[in-house]
Amino acid sequence: MTDTASTPLSTDALKAAVRAMAVAIIDHTEELSRLDQAIGDGDHGLNMKRGFEAILAKLDGSADAPPALLKSIGTTLVMTVGGASGPLYGSLALAMGKALGDQPLTLACAADLLDAGIQSVMSRGRSQAGEKTMLDTLVPVLAVVRAGGADLGDRVKAAAAAGAAATVPLRASKGRASFLGERSIGHMDPGARSSQLLIEALCDALSKDPAP
Amino acid sequence: MKKFVNNVDDMLAESLSGFAAIHGDIVALGEGNLFVRRAMPDKSKVAVISGGGSGHEPLHAGFIGTGMLDAACPGHVFTSPTPDQMLAAINAVAGDPGVLLIVKNYAGDRMNFEMAVEMAEGKIATVVTDDDVAVENSTYTTGRRGVAGTMIVEKMVGALAETRASLEDCRLLGVEVNARTRSMGVALTSCTVPAAGRPTFDIDDTEMEMGVGIHGEPGRRRVPLGTARSIAEEMISTIVADLKLAEKGQGPAILLVNGFGATPLLELYLMAEMARAELARHGITIARGLVGNYVTSLDMAGCSLTVSMVDDRLLRLWDAPVHTAALHW
Repeated sequence: MTDTASTPLSTDALKAAVRAMAVAIIDHTEELSRLDQAIGDGDHGLNMKRGFEAILAKLDGSADAPPALLKSIGTTLVMTVGGASGPLYGSLALAMGKALGDQPLTLACAADLLDAGIQSVMSRGRSQAGEKTMLDTLVPVLAVVRAGGADLGDRVKAAAAAGAAATVPLRASKGRASFLGERSIGHMDPGARSSQLLIEALCDALSKDPAP
Repeated sequence: MKKFVNNVDDMLAESLSGFAAIHGDIVALGEGNLFVRRAMPDKSKVAVISGGGSGHEPLHAGFIGTGMLDAACPGHVFTSPTPDQMLAAINAVAGDPGVLLIVKNYAGDRMNFEMAVEMAEGKIATVVTDDDVAVENSTYTTGRRGVAGTMIVEKMVGALAETRASLEDCRLLGVEVNARTRSMGVALTSCTVPAAGRPTFDIDDTEMEMGVGIHGEPGRRRVPLGTARSIAEEMISTIVADLKLAEKGQGPAILLVNGFGATPLLELYLMAEMARAELARHGITIARGLVGNYVTSLDMAGCSLTVSMVDDRLLRLWDAPVHTAALHW
């Protein structure tokens, strides 16, 4: 594991992973909007699609190394998505780029990057896990990444799926879903679902690459 | 979905172009269509800037002009604008006296405006509006929503800014007017976000959504459609109870009967009469009233009632001249 954990991820591999994440969001636009119509205002799918289309448009011509690429992705999300998702997903990517700094992007530093990203989401959204948000997917994923071990990709995907599913019985206390009170119970949070889609696409893309 | 549209993706840009062209004596589109500003910016006063998702027209761009806003940032339909829009607007209209941002209390709006403030330079203050009494338990929510009362805050603060008042005085006035203002909405139909193409929620012909927000987000209770009188009674009594007035006979008040987009003035004035009678029962007289579509929710049928308690000073600010596309006297 040590070798794999310290092998740097190439810029091309990161770009391929980002491309896969964008495709996952764009392919699920309808589903995300439907989830948002149930407990929000129905625009999550379209807003995320707009943001990831903008990322795709910039990705091919980009010569950025991973930290600059993460910063560019974060800025693009903040400036194109709007709503709450723009600042939250944008802050996530910006904080990860900042935490990466000049060090090479490796599996060994993945947990620290995700941790920095999650802290940024918590502070921007004044939220924590258990409030029916994207954090309910990301926080359990961080625990699995932090622990490491064999079959990491599959276990990360399982944690993301379980985290998103766990938002169904929760009552929202943040964002527009909170206005529904009890009526928010019984629906999956659209942000938790989009986070799950991103994590799944990331794991699948990285498992195709010889490096992690 | 049956709407006037060429291409759904172009709707906002085409509508903004029309708005700016038709009202070219009052407003102009900012660079990159990121914001709308006064045709003749006045940088010798505090600049009052608002913004929010589109679909609530004439809020906010319709309130740009002398006596009200200096600029507004329209987001996509029901989606907060992004920080680059606020930055561009601030850079275009801000002078030395500073900028007051008026932000409706939604998680997305607050986060995007916050990020803009972090990136901007110069004196900036923010007033957050949260006049919707329908959100009952604020401990377990993101807080009350900013709805139609926002336009009353914009009118009052805009009038004060014209007197060359300081940024802090403008901010304090915004906080005060917001605290004196309560709204509640009721929907008879859902609304259709153009890009979604279908109604946001299903509602039966015999039902109404009491406490609905301005994004077609469901309210707190789905109940059988009542008479106009009973609807107004429930809304006004909820508002008055929430205002926690020390004694009967306090007032006077400004009453705003706001249409959500698909309810005719015939019904809105009828609701105004019901609201007036109910307010009178509570000992509240109406000093000024406003009836019409000001803070809409696309094509939703329904209305909100807003009561804003005023004194002589606030009434003078309300009566001060205003020259915007949607409000002028």
